[in-house]
Amino acid sequence: MVGTSLMFFIVSGSNAQEVGDHQYTTEAIERGSRIYSRECALCHGPQGDIVDGVNLRSGVFKSVQSDEDLRQVVFSGAGQGQMPAFGLNDADLSAIVAYIRAGFDPEGVAVRIGDPGRGQSLFQGKGECVNCHRVNGIGPRTAPDLSEIGVIRTPASLQRNLLDPATAILPINRPVRIITRGEETVIGRRLNEDTYTVQVIDSEERLRSFRKADLVSYEISMRPSKGPTALSSDEVADVVGYLLTLRGQ
Amino acid sequence: MKPIKPFIFITCLIFSVVVSSFSNAQLSYERILNAQDEPQNWLTYNGGYMAQRHSLLDQINKNNVENLELKWVLQNQVFGAWQSNPIVVDGIMYVTERPNSVMAVDAVTGRVFWKYRHQNADNALVCCGANNRGVAVLNDKVYMGTLDAHLVALDRINGQLLWKAEVGDVDLAYSVTMAPLAVKDKIMVGVGGGEFGIRGYVAAFDAETGEEAWKTYTIPGPGEPGHDSWEGDDWEHGGAPVWITGSFDPELNLTYWGVGNPGPDWNAGQRPGDNLYSDSAIALNADTGELEWYFQFTPNDAYDYDSVQVPVLADMVWRGEPKKLMLWANRNGYFYVLDRTNGEFLEGKPYVQVNWSSGLDENGRPIPTPQPEGMPTYPGNQGGTNWYPPSFSPSTGLFYFSAWENYATIYRAEESEYIPGRAFLGGGFSVLAPSPGAPTIGIGRTNPINNWTDEVGYAALKAMDPQTGEAVWSYNQFDVSDSGMLTTASDLLFTGGREGYFHAIDAQSGDLLWNVGLGGQIVMAPVTFMVNGVQYVSVISGNSLSTFALED
Repeated sequence: MVGTSLMFFIVSGSNAQEVGDHQYTTEAIERGSRIYSRECALCHGPQGDIVDGVNLRSGVFKSVQSDEDLRQVVFSGAGQGQMPAFGLNDADLSAIVAYIRAGFDPEGVAVRIGDPGRGQSLFQGKGECVNCHRVNGIGPRTAPDLSEIGVIRTPASLQRNLLDPATAILPINRPVRIITRGEETVIGRRLNEDTYTVQVIDSEERLRSFRKADLVSYEISMRPSKGPTALSSDEVADVVGYLLTLRGQ
Repeated sequence: MKPIKPFIFITCLIFSVVVSSFSNAQLSYERILNAQDEPQNWLTYNGGYMAQRHSLLDQINKNNVENLELKWVLQNQVFGAWQSNPIVVDGIMYVTERPNSVMAVDAVTGRVFWKYRHQNADNALVCCGANNRGVAVLNDKVYMGTLDAHLVALDRINGQLLWKAEVGDVDLAYSVTMAPLAVKDKIMVGVGGGEFGIRGYVAAFDAETGEEAWKTYTIPGPGEPGHDSWEGDDWEHGGAPVWITGSFDPELNLTYWGVGNPGPDWNAGQRPGDNLYSDSAIALNADTGELEWYFQFTPNDAYDYDSVQVPVLADMVWRGEPKKLMLWANRNGYFYVLDRTNGEFLEGKPYVQVNWSSGLDENGRPIPTPQPEGMPTYPGNQGGTNWYPPSFSPSTGLFYFSAWENYATIYRAEESEYIPGRAFLGGGFSVLAPSPGAPTIGIGRTNPINNWTDEVGYAALKAMDPQTGEAVWSYNQFDVSDSGMLTTASDLLFTGGREGYFHAIDAQSGDLLWNVGLGGQIVMAPVTFMVNGVQYVSVISGNSLSTFALED
């Protein structure tokens, strides 16, 4: 085993087994995964983020707080029929709750989680993360704010963002390079785009919106602005450990 | 203020006399049959029995379309995809609201005359949202199908319930989301429930009494032709729903319907055989419901490629011969030209990337090339297109529809047990995404930020030439589109998309002529009509029904 005594392995889904009112087993999470794709994915989407105001994977709900609330909504429906009643049996309800609470990670990819304290130092120092990212009101806004990243991303995803950012970056966040008719060059991060317009935050942290028809050029880079980290594998584990502690207000 | 009052009173009186004389006119079957003679109205879900969604109105044209301005907005009181298509009869618009309300609206001001609310049974169950796509009007009545599988008939003057007929068993998850089709003295509807192991059918009801006149199953029972395309008791819960309004050819006395997916959706191995008449076009006798012919697009479907597209009818000289055609851009990624007198396959070509099949044989049967487990299948689960109503313009000779480009799904099949009234899907799927966990396209859009981006699929409005089976031009959008089409005699094409833009496009060239951002997703097809000499175009975006006309 690699690492020091402070370092340990977790199954990225299994930390969620401790959350809520029950202990959920890996079997329950796997079973929940099958029930989810059968009963839920059509409306909530494979990632659980299709219904507005609900993100099942990261635990954002309209009214649900406890696991019991979650069971109740699945069983009886909610929102005047917008969410139908599914009337599942007890074991299936537990399984679906387990899968949701496990952050949709039935495979249980083992990711090394290091020391959060050391990770914070690396984040602020050698890792150069704070050059672009902001946490709890400190740091620039040019890259995505990471104050809640521990809720939004799984450990596997965080690790991948450090080791191979080109395959991990979410498409919407891709860097853009824009040249306006006024010969201004704007470098920024894409926030939103449609057929005729694009919205970005530029390198000066200004929110800018452009009509594509008014631009001389508009390039979307498939490469993130930062390459794979130069940190060692132990250090990456520490940074992942720190990021997992960032759970918002 | 006082001196003005009598004047207002008099104008109101005159106005009301005019309006009521309109609204008492009967909408006879003969009027619907000859809908092209009264282009000021929009008389059926698809504008007429041929389902071309083509209006002969031409007041709004390529030169003045940029002068369109907003005349009124009707705000929905219910959140969720508003897929309804208005019908307009003599200045009165009939439009439904989720889950099952009907409104009669003054088409000039957008003010509501009456609203009927149907209370659905608590256990009504639909796979993909509490949708309703509109009404049918015949004589003095308005008809709506309901999520709890009923058909209601309302007095179209005052919105009172006249009768209510059971179309299907809500306990077994039958539902009706389509706008009914009124033909002669009957009201026809199909049933949804393809994700719940129903056995689909189209049923016709007496327009006066609500009595069932005929019912034709889309899965043949024991002893009927085609029954041997199923094994064991698979046919009893094999899906094959019908949830989009059909079309009608009065000369042939045939109604045409698109049939949905077999169940369970994604485990084709669990239901060996062609699974007739799932994923087929069917032609039913309008009087008896008897099946005259069928054409199956996707035998033993493993991809949820419902063939619930609107059967669009066109009469034209096709490759040198006068033909009665049916034009069909299918969810499975192929565009088809069929002879609608007998269902003969004439032409079929892919219009988007297709890898579940390597082509069609001379009878139009696909040559299957299933992808290895874990590999993406093109087109993805929502298909190359879906239920969004297309348009055929006899003026340009082109067929227009919303396609999804570069969109793929990874399917997972698993054995699933049929439990009455419960989801019966046979596995699951995920959408091919550029990075793990990246947002992917869902069945609707509620977020104003496009965080899935065009990398997981985008919309292409395609103008197909039925003579060649190929697109003459495409108009792409960054996000995908579930919008239907409207064309006019002035060669304008109106459509929308999930981004909330309402577009007017040159139907000949594909050039954008005008657009306006309305904010919410457009998941219906625009309609046009004329009142007091003014042509209007209505479209629903998000929770608002907006109506435009040229500036005064």
